[in-house]
Formats: sequence, structure tokens, C-alpha cells
Amino acid sequence: MNAKREVQWETVIGLETHAQLSTVSKIFSGAATQFGAAPNVQACAVDIALPGVLPVLNQAAVEKALRFGLAVGGPDVINRRSVFARKNYFYPDLPKGYQISQYELPIVAGGSVKIQTQEGEKIVRLTRAHLEEDAGKSLHEDFHGMSGIDLNRAGTPLLEIVSEPDMCSSEEAVAYAKALHALVRWIGICDGNMQEGSFRCDANVSVRRPGAPLGTRREIKNLNSFRFLQQAIEYEVRWQIETLEDGGSIEQATVLFDPDTGQTRMMRTKEDAHDYRYFPDPDLLPLEVSAAWIDRIRRDLPELPQAKRERYVRDYQLSDYDAGVLTASREVADFYEQLIGALGGGYKLASSWIAGELFGALRRAGMEISQSPISSAQLAGLLQQIQQNAINGKQAKEVFDAMWAGEGEAATIIAAKGLSQISDAGELEQVIDDVLAANARSVEEYRAGKDKAFNALVGQAMKATKGKGNPAQINEILKKKLAR
Amino acid sequence: MLNVTLKQLALALAQKRISSVELTQLHLERVARIDPVLNAFITIDRERSLAQAQAADALIAAGKAQPLTGVPVAVKDIFCAQGWLTTCGSKMLANFVSPYDAHVVGRLNAAGAVILGKTNMDEFAMGSSSETSFRGPVKNPWDPARVPGGSSGGSAAAVAARMAPAAIGTDTGGSIRQPAALCGICGIKPTYGVVSRYGMIAFASSLDQGGPIAKCAEDLALLLNAMAGFDARDSTSLDRPGEDYTRALEQPLAGLRIGVPKEYFGAGLGADVAAAIETALAQYEKLGAKRIAISLPNSGLSVPAYYVIAPAEASSNLSRYDGVRYGYRAPQYTDLVDLYCKSRAQGFGAEVKRRILIGTYVLSHGYYDAYYLKAQKIRRLIAQDFVKAYEQCDLIMGPTAPSVAFAVGEKAFDPVQMYLNDIYTVAANLAGLPAMSIPCGFGEGGMPVGLHVIGNYFSEAKMLNAAHQYQRATDWHTRAPREFA
Repeated sequence: MNAKREVQWETVIGLETHAQLSTVSKIFSGAATQFGAAPNVQACAVDIALPGVLPVLNQAAVEKALRFGLAVGGPDVINRRSVFARKNYFYPDLPKGYQISQYELPIVAGGSVKIQTQEGEKIVRLTRAHLEEDAGKSLHEDFHGMSGIDLNRAGTPLLEIVSEPDMCSSEEAVAYAKALHALVRWIGICDGNMQEGSFRCDANVSVRRPGAPLGTRREIKNLNSFRFLQQAIEYEVRWQIETLEDGGSIEQATVLFDPDTGQTRMMRTKEDAHDYRYFPDPDLLPLEVSAAWIDRIRRDLPELPQAKRERYVRDYQLSDYDAGVLTASREVADFYEQLIGALGGGYKLASSWIAGELFGALRRAGMEISQSPISSAQLAGLLQQIQQNAINGKQAKEVFDAMWAGEGEAATIIAAKGLSQISDAGELEQVIDDVLAANARSVEEYRAGKDKAFNALVGQAMKATKGKGNPAQINEILKKKLAR
Repeated sequence: MLNVTLKQLALALAQKRISSVELTQLHLERVARIDPVLNAFITIDRERSLAQAQAADALIAAGKAQPLTGVPVAVKDIFCAQGWLTTCGSKMLANFVSPYDAHVVGRLNAAGAVILGKTNMDEFAMGSSSETSFRGPVKNPWDPARVPGGSSGGSAAAVAARMAPAAIGTDTGGSIRQPAALCGICGIKPTYGVVSRYGMIAFASSLDQGGPIAKCAEDLALLLNAMAGFDARDSTSLDRPGEDYTRALEQPLAGLRIGVPKEYFGAGLGADVAAAIETALAQYEKLGAKRIAISLPNSGLSVPAYYVIAPAEASSNLSRYDGVRYGYRAPQYTDLVDLYCKSRAQGFGAEVKRRILIGTYVLSHGYYDAYYLKAQKIRRLIAQDFVKAYEQCDLIMGPTAPSVAFAVGEKAFDPVQMYLNDIYTVAANLAGLPAMSIPCGFGEGGMPVGLHVIGNYFSEAKMLNAAHQYQRATDWHTRAPREFA
């Protein structure tokens, strides 16, 4: 897309996100929701819609939806009375011939999510979030011209989160999706596993001339990675602009993104859109949520990432960037808080070690922080040695590597490797005197104004102490002696 | 043993004058002899029934009998019963053997009752004549040229012809009460939510309610004791303390205020039926009740509202019968849509299709507000009529059906005439009120007439009391059709 076009066209994006709620059983039956079971072993009589069976609402799914509502808008955005409706259509993986969803009265109405963009912080408003059941899965391969149906997923609880069309670029859409992804994991309502389909997005995309009314939107379905979300929107925006500039018009449609070609393709137009014949499900009473229930959920809610981030900046004097890194997930924030708890402070030291050494090692190993072989207590042991000047930075990294390899606690490793730092002024002065005597040329160069020569002398002193010298002290003593 | 009450049966079983196996065999033999004419049963499974009877005899011998232990009960084929073919009167489910028990069936089993067989019915309970079953029409034991009413016509005919001591049915718009009236027996539809709908194949979920069909009010009370009660598997089941529906049977009726709505005695009501109802009301006055003229001004809207709401829910409830997982699948099809179309076209009968079409229409975009929403508003008005009426009276009485049983085939091709047969019964379903029918005389052709009793919410015990006292003073409920006596 060239710069000229960007000026001439505005992009408008809204997202509909399906977050699978991490309940043990399904939303309207007692069957398990675990991923990856053999086909149809997790489908009970209710899930396969035998004659005569009835749905019973899983309270745990409701509680997770309430957590979400409280996190994005507080008690005011929660509808105290919401209604389940039937969305009627025929498909083999939809056993009842209708999906139970919420239509006119969703459990959450409103709220917002803060995102970080290049231009700074932005607020994306939410239209609603509603509870619904997932469908099963049609399998079109390996059945010799027939289709297989796996109903394990049928009835899995979903929270469909609908944003306002508040995003104006693929970057913002991705930032919103990531913020939402982090939030649902943070508050423990969704495992966020995108490969398994636990978190997937539909993007509504349109373009318009600045100041013009909203353009006709096309909906890109089922994007299950942030990368696909970005690619799909970028392709779609380009396609819509080109179509309009070529004198064409946009028809409201649902499209699919093909990751192999990087293109979107038509699934159905508005004309062949279903008439879903929504009506309140007579098998389920309206869902009434009491103030006491909301209160109980609110008390259980953890401190939210945004609040934590602001607190880190305010109370720990971290940079906004560092605070953002530490609050990217609840696991990281928990690790950080355990670490500073054990250290009784050391906010910046702890922050830089997590964002630096630990994240580097995790990234190289392809691990999440929850899989880290170094616990927060172990890392605290190491940082304490640094705080006490017992080892220098270079040694600390060596200790870290050993710790990563499973060689034990910081003190054990330091002892085993003989890594203790020399901070004895007398001992260091002796070493430096020897260095100065042996490097008369560097001394002359330094006095002639060559700063580089100073670094060479520091290096020699460190070498003479076999890397154990306290670098700050060496610097200080050298300066003092050279100034004479 | 065929004309006794359930209480007398229980006594006979307890005193070992007859065993449950003997009692079950007696009724199975009657079914074998009589049912080829009446067609009241879809499935008989001698071995299964006799095994249950044997188990019941063991309970009786061990002194663990409950009031229904060892009593054969006919079960409408709309109730799922484990191991039993459960067809709902439809070719669509002609091969469906239920892997589980409906809540009500489980309760009857737990009470030691014996499932005598599964009874014939209008397909998916849609009908007022029991003519639309894939297994052919049920005949009225009082005159096999006439219909038994519907949709629980098989259950009603089975009890009327003394093929079963008692039966259970379901009532969405009158499907227990109207066949009870047309067959000269008793039936009660409890307050919505009293009997669990779990395992009862859904027709119109917000209207469906199971209930007993029997020869007298006391039998109904005993059956309801076993059937009623909270079930966590049905979200519309009411969690209230259990009650003994026999507790008020013997109370005198002095001072009972009976509301008689003028709207139930207008045009369309047969003179024979009106006369029988009039006599029954006079009998109630003799028993000390007071007759109060009342009005239910929105009565005329109940049939139109019902025939929007019930088909709307049905059109969605019946979507699961798609030929994919169980039930009927067309033998030949070209693709998925063809599989759906052919399976449903061949599996459903004409009346079911008509209601699916009506229901689909009233729920469609652009028509929803004008039909479905409007009907729901009318439904609330109808319920309010009753709330007002019960400020003046304790029970409401009138005719159950506008005429006695009509001839087989007479209304089969005129759906509107058929729907008008529900004119007095559907309001109780729309309002969720309990309602019953008890025999109160005979009309044209010597056919039975039913007295309709509508109670306030949870007043089943009072209704049964009123019926029982009437039955102590009269003998209409003891009359049986001569050919099958």
C-alpha cells in the first residue's frame, strides 16, 4: 500500500472474538471439554441431541463471563437478566439444528479494552459479550467421499466478545486481539490456546474516504493466529481500496482467509445469509445474576494488568515499557512479584534480569515462563549475591547459566566454581599497582588524552584477578592512582 | 380386577389375592384380544413387562411395596424408556430404541410400577384425534368408528377399554384432557414445571407437561404423587417441597367457589355437551359449592396464540431429526441438503410438516414481531385473565371439548376444524395452569362428555378433591364401554 492511498482512505475494523471458557464440563451438559480426545467420546446424550434431552446451564461458565464483564467494565456492564436464544440452522455438526446463544439480552453489554499503539494508548470499546455453545467438527478427509462428524466440541462454552469498529489499522486490530488474549488468560477464563481453537477472531473490515459514512463491510472468518489476523486485514484492505478505485463497489459478504495464498476469498454474500429465526430458548429460564453473586466474583478477581502496570511505574519506578513487559501475562507478573518479595525490593534489578537473561534463555529454549527451570526463589538467591557485591555481573551470568543447567542454588554454584568477587581494597590496590607497572605505555597514552587506554588497563586488572575483581572498585582505584 | 381403583389393586396385591405377574398377564391378554381393533399400543414387550412384574412381586413379598408397586401402567410413546422402542408416533423415530429413561419413567420404575407398553399417539403429539400416527389411527372404545381424541389417544383408549389400569400422557394444548373427555375417563395436566420434561420428547417446550390418565380422581392423585417432583435435568422443573396429592381428597366442598366463564358456553358448543356440563354444575351446587359467573375476556385469542407459539417452538424442536445421527434417513440422496430434504420429507407426516412450516414462518425475519411476539403478549393477557378470575373463585369449570368424539376421518382434512377442538383446553397451557377432565355424562350417540376443571397454580390437590367428591356422588367414572367390558 503506498503512502498516497493511506491518506486517501480510512480503514475501519471491528473484531468478534470467540474465547473458549476453560470449564471442566460443557455449557449445557456434564460431558468433559478436554481437547484431543478420540472422536465422539466426549459427547453425551445432550450433546448428540437425543430426543427428549434438555440443556442445563453450567454455572462455572456464567462465572467466567462475569469475571470478563467485571474486568472490562465493572458491575455496570453486566446485565442482571440475560436471555438464551436459539439460532436455527441445519448443519451436520450442529446436532440440535440450532445453537444456543444469547441474542437480544447478552450477559455483558459494554466495557472497553486499552491497547498500546505507536501513537500511544487507545481505548477500544466493547459492544457486548455473550455466552454460547460451540458446534462440533465436520471431518472431510479420510472418509472416502463421506464426511465424519466429531461432536466432542459440541456444547463447549464460548464467550463471544464483540468490539465496536474502533480500530483503524491491522496493527491496532492485532494490538487489541493481543490485549484481549492476555486479559482472558490473566483472569483465568480461557487458556488462550490458538492452535486448538480456544481463541479465534472474526474481523469486520471496511474502508471509506475520510469524513464519509462507514463503507460496506466484509467479515473475515475464523482467524486463529495474530499473524493471520494481520495478513488477512492487510490483504482485505488493499483489495477493497483497489476495488473501489477501479470503480467497483463492495458487497457485504463473509470471506475466508487462505494462509497459503495470503488472500481472502468469498464464502457467502448477504443474499444467501441464513435467516436464523432467533427466539428465546423455552428450555432455559432467563439468567438472573444477583448483586451478591457479582460481588463474590469481584472479590475473587485478580489485580488487572492495566492497574498492575500503572502500579509498577508509580511504586517501583519502572519504565512504562518494562512495566508493560512484566504485565504481559499473569505468570510473568506473578514471577516478578515473587522475586521482589523474596528480595525485599530490588525492583529494577529484578525487572532487568527477567526481561534480559531469563526471557533470553526462555526464548532460546522455546519455553514459557511457567516451564522455566529456574524458579523465582532461585533467581532471588542469585540477585541477592549481586546486591551483596559477592559476585560481579559477568560472574552472575555464569551462575545463571549453571542454574539453568540444573546445577543448584546460587551459593552452591558460586562455591563450586570459586566465583566470589574480590572487593578487598588492599588486595585490589596491589593488583592495580602491578598492572600500572607492567603497562607503562598505556599509562602514558591515557595521560596523553587517550580514554581507550583506561579501558585496556581495567581489562588487564580484571584479567589479573581472573575476572573476580569488583569492576566498580577497580575503576575507582585506577582513576585515583592515575590522577596522581 | 379390571374395574377397580389403584388403591383396591394395591390392596389385592398386598393381600396376595393376585400377583403383579398375574395382573400384568391379565392386561397383556386383554391388549392381545382388544387392541387389534383399537390400535392403542405401538409397542408391547411381554418379557420386559413380566420381568418388571416379577421384580415388583419380590418387593411386595419383601414388604417393600409402595402404592404403585406391581401396577401395570401404559406409557405414551413420547416418553423415552430405556430399551424400549420410542417412536413418538412417527416414521422418523420408527427405529429409535431409547438408551435412557425419561424422568417420569424413572420415577414410575422406582415406585415399582410395571410398564405395560408404549401407547399410540398423534405424530409428535400434534393432533386432537390420534389419527396422524405412522402406525395408523387409534379408535374410540365407545365406538370404534370414532376418534379417541388426541394426542394421548392411545393412553386414553387403553384405560377406557380396561387394557391398562392407568396410563401416562402429555398435554401441550389439551392432549391429556381432550382424549380423557372423549373416552370417558380422567386426566390431569399439572401446573407447568411440576412434572419434569426430561426424556419427554419435546413438541412445544413452554407448553408441554406430562400427567396421568386414569379411571378416577383418586387414581390420578396416586399417580401424580409418583410422577411429580423436582428434576435438576429440566431447567423449567420447579424446586418446591414435595406434596401428597391425596391429602385433600376427602374434604367437603361446602363453600367452594366455582367460576363458570361465559365465554366457554358460546357458539360452537354442542347442546348435548352443554346439557351434561349444566347437570354436573348443578351436582356441584348440591355438594355445597357456589356457582359464580365469570369472564375470561381474552379466551377467543387463545387458539390463534397457541397455533403461533406451539408451531414456532416445534419447528425448532424438530430440527434435530435430520437423518444424520439416529432415526429415519432417506435410502437415497445426492448430497447433504438432499439428505435433509428427503429424510424429513419422507420421515414426517403431513400435520407435522404443516406445523414446521407455520412455525418457521412466524419466526422468520420480518414476521417475528407480528406473529411470535404478538402471540407472547396475548399469552400474558390470557394469564392475567385467570389471575383476575381467581380473585373471585377457587376453580373454573366448563366443557373440555365442544363436542363428543367425532368420526374417524371427519376432520382429518380440515386442520382448522381440528384446531378448534382445543378451544377450551389451550388457555391452561398458555397460562401454565393445572387443568383436568373428568367424565360427567353422555351426549350424542351415547358418547362420553368431559367436565373441564381449571385450577390456580399448584392447586392440583384442591382440583382432585373437587373431582373425588363429585365421583363419590356420581358414577359416570365407573361406566365402561360395553363391547370392551
